[in-house]
Amino acid sequence: MSTLSSLPTAPTWTKHHLIDAASLTVDEIQQVMAEAQTFSEILQRPVNKVPILRGKVIVNLFYENSTRTRTSFELAGQSLSADTINFGVSTSSVKKGETLIDTAETLLAMGIDAVVIRHASSGACHQLAQYFGDRVCVVNAGDGYHEHPTQALLDLFSLLQKMDSVAGKKITIVGDILHSRVARSNIHVLSKLGAEVHVVGPSTLLPVDIGKLGCIVHTQIEPALEDADVVMCLRLQLERQQSGLIPSTAEYTQLFGVNRYRLETYAKPGVVLMHPGPMNRGIEITSDIADDPRYSVITHQVANGVSVRMAVLHLVLGIHNLKGDAFNETVG
Amino acid sequence: MKQLVKGGRVIDPSQNLDSMQDVLITDGLISAMGPDLPTDDVDELYQLSPNHWVTPGLIDVHVHLRDPGRLDKETIQSGTEAAIVGGFTAVACMPNTQPTLDNLSTLQYVNYTAKNTARIPVYPVVAATKNIAGQELSEIAELKSHGAVAVSDDGHCLMDSRLMRLALSYCQMLEVPFVCHAEDMDLSGKGCMNEGYYSTLLGLAGIPNVSESVIVGRDIQLSRLTGGHVHFAHISTRQSVALIREAKAEGLPITAETAPHYIALTDAALTNYDPDFKMNPPLRSEQDRLALIEALKDGTIDAIATDHAPHTPDEKALPFDQCPNGVIGLETSLGVVLSTLYHTKLLTPLQIIARMSTGPAQCMRLPGGTLKVGSPADITVIQPELKWVVDVTQLKSKSRNTPFKGKTLQGRAVKVFSKGKELLLDNAAVLEPVTLTKEAVTIS
Repeated sequence: MSTLSSLPTAPTWTKHHLIDAASLTVDEIQQVMAEAQTFSEILQRPVNKVPILRGKVIVNLFYENSTRTRTSFELAGQSLSADTINFGVSTSSVKKGETLIDTAETLLAMGIDAVVIRHASSGACHQLAQYFGDRVCVVNAGDGYHEHPTQALLDLFSLLQKMDSVAGKKITIVGDILHSRVARSNIHVLSKLGAEVHVVGPSTLLPVDIGKLGCIVHTQIEPALEDADVVMCLRLQLERQQSGLIPSTAEYTQLFGVNRYRLETYAKPGVVLMHPGPMNRGIEITSDIADDPRYSVITHQVANGVSVRMAVLHLVLGIHNLKGDAFNETVG
Repeated sequence: MKQLVKGGRVIDPSQNLDSMQDVLITDGLISAMGPDLPTDDVDELYQLSPNHWVTPGLIDVHVHLRDPGRLDKETIQSGTEAAIVGGFTAVACMPNTQPTLDNLSTLQYVNYTAKNTARIPVYPVVAATKNIAGQELSEIAELKSHGAVAVSDDGHCLMDSRLMRLALSYCQMLEVPFVCHAEDMDLSGKGCMNEGYYSTLLGLAGIPNVSESVIVGRDIQLSRLTGGHVHFAHISTRQSVALIREAKAEGLPITAETAPHYIALTDAALTNYDPDFKMNPPLRSEQDRLALIEALKDGTIDAIATDHAPHTPDEKALPFDQCPNGVIGLETSLGVVLSTLYHTKLLTPLQIIARMSTGPAQCMRLPGGTLKVGSPADITVIQPELKWVVDVTQLKSKSRNTPFKGKTLQGRAVKVFSKGKELLLDNAAVLEPVTLTKEAVTIS
C-alpha cells in the first residue's frame, strides 16, 4: 500500500457532490488528476483493489441507457472495495411512476453513501443533491444536455498523459454542441486550465451564446482544425436528422466529418484525437484515424475513466472518511 | 351607512389625482371626496396616516383559479381570498379549467360558485375555441350574454391564422376582447426557459424571444384587418413591446399586460433549476426586463396581471424540464411591483396604480378602476413602506409555487373595501401593529 501514502493525507476537497465542472476550481481539478494518477498506477498491479471505501455503498442510478459509463463507475467503486449496486430504471419502481425525490428518499432510508446518477433531464442531479444535502454524496454521470463532469476530467487526464499541460493548447470540439453535455463540461474544465477551446458544428447544432462559456465558435471545419493540438469528436445522434436539425448524416459527414485528410492537412502534426464514445464510424469520424494509435487516444479514454472515477468517488466520500476508519487506516 | 376613509394619500389615475383627500362612502358608493371631510354623521371612521395610499381597488385580469377541475391546486374561494390579501377587488379568471370553460353550463358553475364563495367579483374569460383545441370557435355570443368578459385560449396559442382572423372578426362584432397567448408553438418546441446564455449553460432547451413576437406581429396585423381588440397577455420580450408601441401609435385596438415576475426577475435566476421559476413565457433577459419597465412607464403596456398559476408541490417536484409551467402571484404582486418600480423610483405611484387598477379595468372593459364620486367603493389601502417576508406557509392560495418565497418585499395592501364592505386582512393586521387604526364612531 505504499503508493497510497502519496495521496494527500489532509485533502482540501470540500465538495460533497460532483454536480458540474463549471463550479470546479483549478485546485480541485488538479486534486482529481493527482489522485487519478495514483489509482491508475494501482490498477496496473496484479491485485488492483484497495480497501479505502470498504463498507461504503454506492448506488448507480441510471435513468438513461449507458453501458460504458455505468460499467466504469461500477468498476471504480469495486476497485475501491465499495459495494456498488445498480439501480436500473427498467427493473425499479421508477417505471411505476415513482419520482426522483421518492427514489432518493428510499435510497436514503436504506443507508447508502453515494449515488451516481444519469438522467435525461438537465438539473436532475442538482435536485437530488439539494435533497440529500450532506447526507449522501451525489456524482453526476450526465444530466440532460447540462454536464458530464467525469467525462471531461477523464478527457483531461488522457490529455495529460500526452502533454505536460493543456495551457495554451488549441483544443477543438467538433459536432453536435447543442445536445452535448460532454462539450459543456469539457469547455469548462479545459478553459479553466488555460486551453484555447474551439467548437465547430452546423449552426443548427450550436447553442446560443456558447462562446460566452469560454470558447471560440466556428461553423467551418478548416479554420477550426487549423493548428489544433487536440481534436475531440462528438457523437452525432441519428435522431437529429429526423427532427430537422440537419438535412442528412451524409451532408453532416461531408461538412464536419473528421477524416485523415482533414486531420493531417489542418491540425498540428501529432494532434491528439479523442471521442467520448460510442462512435458512429464513418459519420463523425472515420475508422482509419479512430484506430490509428499515432493520433487516437480513444481506448485510453475508456481505461482512464476508471481511475478518474475512483479519484472522484474517493474525494467526495473522503469527506465522510476524514473522521477515521478506512482512509486513515489504509494510509497509516 | 356612511364610512369615512380619512387622512390618506389618494391616488386615482382615472382622475389624475395624487393628493391628501378623505373619501366618503355612502351605502357602498363613493359619495364625496375632499380634504378634511366632516366626521359627523359617519358610522365608521378609518383614520389613516399620510403615508397610506388610498387607491381604486386593484384588478388582476389574468388568474387561473383551477375551478372546476383542480381543486387541489386552487378554488374560486381560495384564489379570491388570496386576491383580497394581495389588495385586489376583482379578478378575471382564465378558461383552461377541467372541463374547459367553453360552454354555458361550466360558465354557470363558475358564476354560481363565485357568487356563493367569493367576496369579490370574478369575471370569467371563456375559451375562444371549443376545448381550447384551436379548431372551432366557442359560442361566444351566448357566453357573453351570461357574463363572459373576454375570450382566450390562454396556455395555447391559436396557431391557425385563418381561425384567428375569424375569431377576431367575430369578437369585433360582439365587442369582446381577445386575450392572446402569443407564442409560436413550433418555435417554442420543447423549450422550457428563455433561449440565451443561461439555457446554454444549464443545458435546457430554450424558447426564443421571437416565439412571442412573431405572433404579436401577426395578431397586430389581423387586428388591423378585422378591427378586433387584441389584448396581449403576459408580454415578456422587448421585441413585442416595440411592436405593440407601434400598433398603439397607429391607433389599433391593442392592449397588453405583463406580469410582476417579468419586471422583477431574469433568466439569471434559474441557475438552481428551481421549478418555482418556471413559467411560460419564461423569465427573459435583463434587456427585456428593462424594456418592459419602460413600456409600463409610457403606457405601451396597460396592465400588470399576475398570471397566477397554482400547481401542487408534487407536480413542481418533477425535474425542471418536466414540471408544469406557472407561478402564483396574487399575494405577492403588489409587494413585488412596489419593491421593483416604486422604491427604485422608476415609476410614480400614479403610474403604478394605473397599471394595477385603472388600466386593467380598461383592457377588459370592466367596471372599477376609479374613485370617481358615484362609483362603487372598491378601494385598496396600501402601506407602501411596510416590509414583509413572503412566508409560503401563510399564503391563502392553496399552492406554494412562488419564486418570491422567503424574499423581503416592501409594500402591502392593508385594507380592502368591496362596494364599501370592509374585507379583513388578518395577515396585514399581524404585520401592521400600529399605523392603521380604526375607530367606529357611533352617533346616537
